[in-house]
Amino acid sequence: MNPYTYVRANSADMAIDEVAESHDKNSTSGQGAMFYAGGTTMLDLMKLGVVKPSRIIDITRIEDKPLHGISIDGDRLSLGSLVTMHEAAYHEKLRELAPVLSDTLLLAASLQLRHMATLGGNVLQRTRCPYFRDPSWPRCNKRDPGSGCDMIGGANRLAAVLGTSEDCIAMYPGDWAQALIAFDAEVDITGPGGKRTLAFDELHREPGDTPHIETTLRPGEIITRFHVPLTAALKRSTYVKARDRESYAFANASAAVGLELDGDTVTDVRIAIGGVATKPWRAREAEAALKGKVLDEKSARVAGEAAFAAARTFEHNAFKTTLGPNVIVQALLTLQRQEG
Amino acid sequence: MTSRPVNPDRRSFIRGTAIAAVTTAGSALAGRAASAEQPPQVPARNNLIDIDFRLNGERVHRGVDPRRTLLDQLREGEGLTGTKPGCRHGQCGACTVHVDGEPRLACLTLAVQVDGSQVTTIEGLADVAMHGGYATDDALHPLQAEFVEHDAFQCGYCTPGQIMSGSAILQEGHAGSDAEIRELMSGNLCRCAAYPNITAAVAAARKSIAGDSGQGSSEQTEASL
Repeated sequence: MNPYTYVRANSADMAIDEVAESHDKNSTSGQGAMFYAGGTTMLDLMKLGVVKPSRIIDITRIEDKPLHGISIDGDRLSLGSLVTMHEAAYHEKLRELAPVLSDTLLLAASLQLRHMATLGGNVLQRTRCPYFRDPSWPRCNKRDPGSGCDMIGGANRLAAVLGTSEDCIAMYPGDWAQALIAFDAEVDITGPGGKRTLAFDELHREPGDTPHIETTLRPGEIITRFHVPLTAALKRSTYVKARDRESYAFANASAAVGLELDGDTVTDVRIAIGGVATKPWRAREAEAALKGKVLDEKSARVAGEAAFAAARTFEHNAFKTTLGPNVIVQALLTLQRQEG
Repeated sequence: MTSRPVNPDRRSFIRGTAIAAVTTAGSALAGRAASAEQPPQVPARNNLIDIDFRLNGERVHRGVDPRRTLLDQLREGEGLTGTKPGCRHGQCGACTVHVDGEPRLACLTLAVQVDGSQVTTIEGLADVAMHGGYATDDALHPLQAEFVEHDAFQCGYCTPGQIMSGSAILQEGHAGSDAEIRELMSGNLCRCAAYPNITAAVAAARKSIAGDSGQGSSEQTEASL
């Protein structure tokens, strides 16, 4: 691992100053100053030589209140960015009012990782694309802009089928982000330019021709808090995750779904899909196909197929356009059966 | 007749040979005769971070490189080799330890991050049970005893990590059914596939801890050591 200096911040302002200061400095070791929380993505990629900070700013001891704790603020559930996946997953308010927010965390990672990783870090996790993670593959536009993409035409079973470009087909592997994007979450951010709030669906970018820029965060910005509006669909929600192993693996296809029914007629439906896209993916076409309709296996399947109508498959991942809709159907019908 | 140790284990033999080699080399450079007490010559390093933490109940003060993982600090810095490197990338669970009572992967934890914390390794788990009043008659954590009882290991490499995860799960109280145990333990891989017996051991320990009136919260106990 390249040498770096380690600094511990006790406030968000201190952390931001540290990063903002070194942003413009020429760093021979690659990536200047970077925030560091649980380290479950950072240290992994640092060991692989993919990420090479010259300075890491440990933000886990920041005391600023907004970054901690889970609360109900009026009609919203609010969660601090430094809250661990474990704390959130077992929080009684999530189990009661937003099951999908808990399910996506419990199905995301192992016991140990859930105790280490923060919510803020979780949504910023990087792709598991094997070409990105292994610098011995020279062509990776995400790691080395302009060098090419070895995943296209390579071993692309894990690749995305939605949101891809000619420059990058890497899949966004996170689970919790699907719940956030499905339910119109907002994100509070603070940085050198002050505080701002963003719709969660504006946080991540598709690769386009700049796959190395994954989010709209500006240099020195930290996510401080997440807010999710409380709705009937959030209360009746679930996460279905299909993967190679029964547990402890990334998604081949997944769906975060919420439903509000009047009898069998859909009055509100939320669908976001994981394991299949280059960023957290709200399946609006699927939602539109169901809203106002009677929910049954047939209409669920129409919705599932609609979510993948624009999919572009690659040599080894064509199965995703079958598995993906199946997962959506399963989630919808499970929720329908769930309560009276 | 020179005495030699009976059955030296690999680790102390290699360490002894390495220290002898480094000591000899260092002394040769300094132009002095080798001495058994002379420490290996190590170049001075800056950028060491001071950390202060409790390790299996003892206060420890160290200066560590910020790149050093907790895993390497435990094994090489502290000589506690019970915690194992399996994958070094957070995928296998062999390096599971408790930090402030919580199960964590030592391979993806920087040593500098346990400053001010309580760290428990497999070597210290029985003491936690002793202090909590729920150790077995032969001074083991109940889960250790059940691992023996249920033949829950073959090669033994994943075993410390399995026991550290299992003991954390028992303390957290979310392991109801066997299916729940398997799900919660799924972050610990076992190439020997001892999974059914591991699950049985955790289930049995749950019963024996629940039935023991001396049971206390091991998280509290670890924090008070």
